[in-house]
Amino acid sequence: MADKKLLIIKDLVLYFRTEKGPVRAVDKVNFELGFKEAVVVLGESGCGKTSLAKAILRLLPRNIDSYSGQIILDGQDTMALSDEEYRQQIRWVRMSLVPQAAMNSLNPVLRVGDQVAEPMMVHHGVRKEEALQQAKKMFQHVGVPADFLTRYAFELSGGMRQRVAIAMSLVTAPSLIVLDEPTSALDVLTQANIFNVLKRIKKELEISFILITHDIATSSELADRVAVMYAGQIIESSDAMQFFNEPLHPYSQMLMNSVPRLRGDVEPIFITGQPPSLLNPPTGCRFADRCPKRFGKCDQEPPIFDKQDRSVKCWLYE
Amino acid sequence: MKKLQKTLIDIARYPSAVIGLTIIILMMSIGIYAMIAIPYPEAIRLWRGGEAVWYQNPKNAAPAWFNYFTQQKLSETILIASFEEENPVLQKDLAEKEVIPRETGSEITLTYTFEYDYDDFPKDLIFYFRSAYNEKLPFVAVRWYTPDGREIRVTDMSIQRRQTYRFLQDTRLVRRLQGVSPDIALFADPNSETPVPLKGTYKIVIEGIVFEDGADIDAEFVLHGQLHGWAGTDHQRRDLTVALLWGIPIALAFGLVASLGTGIATMTIAAVGVWFGGWVDELIQRITEINLVLPFLSILIMVGTFYSRSIWVILGFTIALSIFTGAIKTYRAIFLQVRESTYIEAARAYGASDARIIFKYLIPRIIPLLIPGLVIGIPGFVFLEAALAFLGLGDPVLPTWGKVINDAQFNGALYNGFYYWIVQPAALLMLTGLAFSMLGFSLDRIFNPRLRGM
Amino acid sequence: MALNVPLTNEAPAAQAGDTLLSVEDLHVWFELKKFGFGHAGYVRAVDGVSFDLKYGESTAVVGESGCGKSSLMKTILGINIPTKGDIVFQGRHMSKMNRSDLKWYRSQVGYVQQDPYGALAPFMTVESILEEPLIINGVRSKSERRERIQKVMEEVKMTPADDFLHKFPHMLSGGQQQRIVIARAMILGPKLLVADEPVSMLDASVRVEILRLLRNLQEQHNLAVIYITHDLSTVRYFSERIFVMYAGKLVERSRIEPLVRNPLHPYTQALLEATSDPDANNALIYRELPPGEPPSLVNPPSGCRFHPRCSQAIQGLCEVEVPPEFEPAPERMAACWLYK
Repeated sequence: MADKKLLIIKDLVLYFRTEKGPVRAVDKVNFELGFKEAVVVLGESGCGKTSLAKAILRLLPRNIDSYSGQIILDGQDTMALSDEEYRQQIRWVRMSLVPQAAMNSLNPVLRVGDQVAEPMMVHHGVRKEEALQQAKKMFQHVGVPADFLTRYAFELSGGMRQRVAIAMSLVTAPSLIVLDEPTSALDVLTQANIFNVLKRIKKELEISFILITHDIATSSELADRVAVMYAGQIIESSDAMQFFNEPLHPYSQMLMNSVPRLRGDVEPIFITGQPPSLLNPPTGCRFADRCPKRFGKCDQEPPIFDKQDRSVKCWLYE
Repeated sequence: MKKLQKTLIDIARYPSAVIGLTIIILMMSIGIYAMIAIPYPEAIRLWRGGEAVWYQNPKNAAPAWFNYFTQQKLSETILIASFEEENPVLQKDLAEKEVIPRETGSEITLTYTFEYDYDDFPKDLIFYFRSAYNEKLPFVAVRWYTPDGREIRVTDMSIQRRQTYRFLQDTRLVRRLQGVSPDIALFADPNSETPVPLKGTYKIVIEGIVFEDGADIDAEFVLHGQLHGWAGTDHQRRDLTVALLWGIPIALAFGLVASLGTGIATMTIAAVGVWFGGWVDELIQRITEINLVLPFLSILIMVGTFYSRSIWVILGFTIALSIFTGAIKTYRAIFLQVRESTYIEAARAYGASDARIIFKYLIPRIIPLLIPGLVIGIPGFVFLEAALAFLGLGDPVLPTWGKVINDAQFNGALYNGFYYWIVQPAALLMLTGLAFSMLGFSLDRIFNPRLRGM
Repeated sequence: MALNVPLTNEAPAAQAGDTLLSVEDLHVWFELKKFGFGHAGYVRAVDGVSFDLKYGESTAVVGESGCGKSSLMKTILGINIPTKGDIVFQGRHMSKMNRSDLKWYRSQVGYVQQDPYGALAPFMTVESILEEPLIINGVRSKSERRERIQKVMEEVKMTPADDFLHKFPHMLSGGQQQRIVIARAMILGPKLLVADEPVSMLDASVRVEILRLLRNLQEQHNLAVIYITHDLSTVRYFSERIFVMYAGKLVERSRIEPLVRNPLHPYTQALLEATSDPDANNALIYRELPPGEPPSLVNPPSGCRFHPRCSQAIQGLCEVEVPPEFEPAPERMAACWLYK
């Protein structure tokens, strides 16, 4: 385990302002990411994981209620930077994002090579020919043939487009890439291919990843560490091996048990009820009303308990 | 119902929408009032006009409320009659009537009293005599009494059954008044150098004699002021309030029917084209493209000139030409998307017919888009009707705003300074356009959330 | 206890074990229109598919996007018309059906869609949505419709039904929406259910719920189910047999357990290899996958359509001749020259 961390997030808060009150999408999140490491943020829809991605990259909409905390990237607190400084120094320079359904967010009127080259030209003032060379290199990394540089987005399949989106996030050689549901719309073979690409990039280019997904099975393809998110909070954080063998938090356990497995005979069990609204989350442990192991103390919000290098937000581990 | 409530609440959040809606409701109420107070046949009759209907009005008089804005008080029309009107709405002030019988016939004295407080002279002075007799004409002597006690002899004459006496055209009277026109001479202050009317109570006494039993004399005194009524009058003495009031329901009805008719037809045709695809779709697209190129106004002008100016015909052609417009392409784009929805596929899977899918599944998706478009489209049609009327192609019998402007322009309103004649209908047109636009754009923001925050 | 809509021409009653559906050499080709007249070729979405399905039997159809499974599904649902070949349902040939027969046929096949939100008309209440199939298929009396709606809501465990009937789809959760979709598919008392990726757009914890519901419904009503998916891990849970489809053809047919233990066709092997179970060791290995992409259905490769990507292709055979269906073991079919 590396001692120096690439990314340290402390008490990150992001609330949205709505007519009905603040939506507490990211509610005091803490986590750490080392170099050449991939952390998976696991969670279902509505737990705030996409908002977490946006909070880390400061891609905020206009209706913000609160945005605070510390995002320390390689020793520098990026929250202290102004928006313009952030744009020039951090976003797509040291951290980039492959957003959800990225393959649909490619510009239909530009050639894909030009799109991948664009961040280089904008952030590093590089000339077009040089930027295209860099784009070509990126295409190699992600497994897209070089002659695709001159094609348009609609000429490519879904899997190819997703690879182009990954190339676009790679081109400025960032230290960290956040991927939001990179394969949820793709077929299983294409999915496996993309993960092969990501594994190779992690090793060869020494880039760290934050992978946000709800798909537990595919998350195990990349994860060095796992952070489970529920109702705006990280409720468990652990290294992957231990997590997949033995999840600690009751929610993590139920989540693990609800996955149908191809190889294995266990009948999956589903979780009753629904996650709480982020508008008015309950006081106390937010999972309590669905938890089979709840007891008296769960009326108070549990702190985060550390067990060796795992942490759980659950009274059972006091 | 709940949706309507919700929409109203949403509307309340936009001040412009509230203003627009208020104006529209106000206009609709006034329009309904106009239709009740002056029923349609009556309105047509009044608008057709003629001396018989409008004789009491001055020509080209400005609205009475001008006096609020001017230093000098301009004269307003005064009507005094010696008889009662059947229709109490048209009742004027009453003159005193005194009948003294004699051996044969009688002496009839009619006294007309009025206040004159204006700074300027009237436009015209007229007596409309009415008498009943067998053979012998009655005889009248008319005397004028000013507030400072002077008596002026106006005229002595015999009158027929219907006799009109115009003060200003009586040359003998003019001579008696030393060549000064009676409208000035009868009112002028004798002590003033410049002609200034003397203010106070004036009295006119008619001493009449009838020579038969059962004969009678009645007279109506009309003083044409320079101002008249709520909205002034036009060259045919018609009170413009009739046209302005009745213009409201006509404009609104035309606009609404045209907009609604076009909207529904366009929506349905777009849906049918998209659903059936193939040659149906192609045909509709080609018709639309051809129609977009056709000169809309020119065609309507030709229709009006060569075929008929009836408002129903014009309305019909307007709708027909407006159906195949750019809106079809917009709706088509949306329907193409909606057609691929899974719920439509499901409907085919459980056996829904084409007609059912079009009307129950496709069209309801577009109604939120349609409604703002409908509202915004209404002023366009209102202006169209006014424009056609202005060009002289309006419906020949209906009192519309466009017709008023047309009359005004034709009779040199601007040249003569009768600004009210044009400004009033134009202002009403603009108000209508403004109100519907404000409401329509707010509705657009409500129904299309992507535009919110603008 | 299936609710049967009164039929104009009822087929003879059948028992479990009889064949319900028979797909015979089905071809579904779409014309690619060229500008003007003529055409630029055909999209051969389904290119010679045959299989049988018994009453109460459930099978999964697995394949990637672009393999033609959607077109196959839509033809079975009665939305597409076969170009060649036939579908026989309860002994009646689709090619010979007239318009009212087709309407009857559609009422016998229920459709559960992938996207629960898109599958429900957003401007209609749950009650109206459920009434539509009944109205269209001639259930005139309002009280009878209401009764059937109540029954079907109970079956999908959305009770008390009155709580939900007046709601609009956007007021329901994803899982609830999918239950309504299933209710709508069941309301006409079909014998066959076609489920197209019914859980892929739902959260992980809800998927199991819905799959279990489908399985219960299948058992209770002796429903035959065709379950279309590209996620192999759910297939075991729910079906007895599995068909693997590639580029418009069926490349393998088998019962599930044997296939998972021992996949025959190289493509099936690739699919299994690419499907992960949650296991931290996955992060340490690269998966071996066939290169390239699924072929275009307009100009498929000659011979075996998988041959350009197959690591086990036999030179001189696989790219020349289309492999027929071999049966190397009982109840296991593979269309691959390896099993000659």
